[in-house]
Amino acid sequence: MAVGKEKIIELKNITKTYDNGFTAVSDFNLYVKRGEFITFLGPSGCGKTTTLRMIAGFELPSSGTILLDGKNIADLPPYERPINTVFQRYALFPHMNIYENIAFGLRQKKMPEDVISKKVKKVLDLVDLEGFEKRSVSTLSGGQQQRIAIARALVNEPEILLLDEPLGALDLKMRKEMQLELKEMHRNLGITFIYVTHDQEEALTMSDTIVVMSEGRIQQIGTPEDIYNEPKNAFVADFIGESNIFNGIMTGKLRARFCGGEFACVDDIEEGTLITAVVRPEDVIITAPEDGTIRGHVTSVIFKGIHYEITVESGKSEMLVQSVRSQKVGDYVGMKVDPDNIHIMIAEDHTNYFAADINAEHRLEYNNKVLDTSVTKIIPGSKRDASGNIIDSRGDVIDPTKTKIMIAIQPQDIQMTDQVDEGLVDGHISNLIYKGDHYSYVIHTDIEQDFIVDDEYLWNMGDHVGLIMPIEKMSFSLKK
Amino acid sequence: MIKKFSTLFIVLVLVFMYAPILILMAYSFTSATTIGAIRGFSLHNYVTLFTTPDLRNMIFGTVLLALVSATLATILGTMGAIGAFYSSRKVDSFISTMNQIPVVNADVVTGFSICILLVVVFGVSKDTFIPLVVGHVTLCAPFVYLSVVPKLKQMDPSIYEAALDLGATPPVALRKIVIPQIASGIVSGFALAVTLSLDDYFVATYTKPATFDTISTYVVNATKGAQTTIKTALWALSTVIFVVVILVVAVANLRADREEERAGA
Repeated sequence: MAVGKEKIIELKNITKTYDNGFTAVSDFNLYVKRGEFITFLGPSGCGKTTTLRMIAGFELPSSGTILLDGKNIADLPPYERPINTVFQRYALFPHMNIYENIAFGLRQKKMPEDVISKKVKKVLDLVDLEGFEKRSVSTLSGGQQQRIAIARALVNEPEILLLDEPLGALDLKMRKEMQLELKEMHRNLGITFIYVTHDQEEALTMSDTIVVMSEGRIQQIGTPEDIYNEPKNAFVADFIGESNIFNGIMTGKLRARFCGGEFACVDDIEEGTLITAVVRPEDVIITAPEDGTIRGHVTSVIFKGIHYEITVESGKSEMLVQSVRSQKVGDYVGMKVDPDNIHIMIAEDHTNYFAADINAEHRLEYNNKVLDTSVTKIIPGSKRDASGNIIDSRGDVIDPTKTKIMIAIQPQDIQMTDQVDEGLVDGHISNLIYKGDHYSYVIHTDIEQDFIVDDEYLWNMGDHVGLIMPIEKMSFSLKK
Repeated sequence: MIKKFSTLFIVLVLVFMYAPILILMAYSFTSATTIGAIRGFSLHNYVTLFTTPDLRNMIFGTVLLALVSATLATILGTMGAIGAFYSSRKVDSFISTMNQIPVVNADVVTGFSICILLVVVFGVSKDTFIPLVVGHVTLCAPFVYLSVVPKLKQMDPSIYEAALDLGATPPVALRKIVIPQIASGIVSGFALAVTLSLDDYFVATYTKPATFDTISTYVVNATKGAQTTIKTALWALSTVIFVVVILVVAVANLRADREEERAGA
């Protein structure tokens, strides 16, 4: 059945705050059309399961309304909602046989036994488990239990079927099979499916619509193609598929600079705009050094079965490449990207991110200058052992050569100075925009990293400046 | 060498544990009036036990008290365990800690304080059995709680939600889904409560009506007294209790074995 036009369920301004003050979902707005297969996708703790539980009735929203066919059901208990759930760990009743498990919902509606028996048989047919009526739950495999859980929900002919990571406990092969079967079932039954998963591939394979969530908020709603090809922000790009994400700047009409090179692109954005550029690893073409837009040394090659995952270090940036042709570690290569395959987003926040190394003395180092801070303070739970090595919270030794620390600093926290040597890095002002009460500068450094600096005083284009970055204004995170 | 010692040790332990009971059992079938004297076989102790109305009423009363207070304690303890299990972690750990205290606390304190609370503070008459039943329920409920909680922890917590989701109201979900899952814990909690109530001496002495005796209080009084027929009849009572206990334990073990076999198949 095709997706209908009418909205079957609509969530308006849903917020869920727990007693301990934690807000799991904030101001969630969404409608689902009849017959749609919609997926809530996000990392654990993003609020997707909480939202599903509010639709099922296991949690009550702190505020907002849930309209089912136009009627508010936000305060209705689960047993009064025409909605059924397939639970993550199946939640079959172990003391009942398969027949009784599936019949449970129908018995609550006081249906006559002959109708129940007919319906159970039909739904067992549907999930390909004919003749399983008398079996006990414990004799079934994980995949079979999952099918029974689906049958137990579907036999009630719900208006909406909720699925809470139903395939999470299955092995890869079984999961792929069940994905296709669920999709097929959805097509044949015409019931609206709301599916929750953290597996982006699962979401892309099965859904009509994907809702990407993070920290209790919707990041993007769209078809799988939209979400993959046109991610709205860096979070979505990073979460869906693998991506190279760079901060950059528009340098001319349909030209953008990022990752230490200037690329042609197809997004027409005004010159000087700060951008986030997304390049999918499969879209990067490795060329001879002289043919590439950017060049770099191969730092790692990992065989992944259908392709090689190649990491190339270009200046201070890293580019992840997927290619069917292997490269040798240490090779000098060029890279280019088709303009169509560069996705450019206007940067929402202008935080400067850059990677610092841990040197042999276990001090933080950037641009060959040591930062006066303690590495153990930056890595949560870490400490130094007797021989001076850094041990992380799990007791493993951190290898300084393989570990980088990402530093984030806000544009207004960087100071420019004429005394070039005083700064952590130095570079030339390559762009300036007046922002009403301050100027926003882009400083292009020799180490191929652009910094964005806010300053209330006017400097000139091309000025050579040093950038002073106070350590107390930096925030650190570990990059594996 | 070590092997021999350990065998000897086990034999010694078993002798110390069972010899007194066996001696008592043997003497209950004789007409001897003191242990040590050797007399012929006789069933007169058993006749006295089952024909003396005093003794009969006392046994019947004790068993009835055990069943009533165990039933009440089982209901209370099970409800408490389910309530705590589905509460927030803070409430759960608070209830669990509060539940530990009566378990560890001396029975004398429990019995005495219940007596003071009900009889002195609330003015409940001691002749009403209310203090005694309340005392025994207080004694047993925490143990029921403790035997139900592990069963709840083994249970998949989402099956309750699954039942609601399928249209069952909370009472139905509790009765048809949660209770069957924890039934074995409830049954063993009930059995434990019955034994505790039968065993109890301290709570009963403080809370029982003056005219009523449980086996424990009766035995203590009887051994102080001089009536030899009653005293030797209590040997018979001990034998009966011991045999019943052995039967119960044997049946329970047999059933557990069979269930294990079935689960293994």
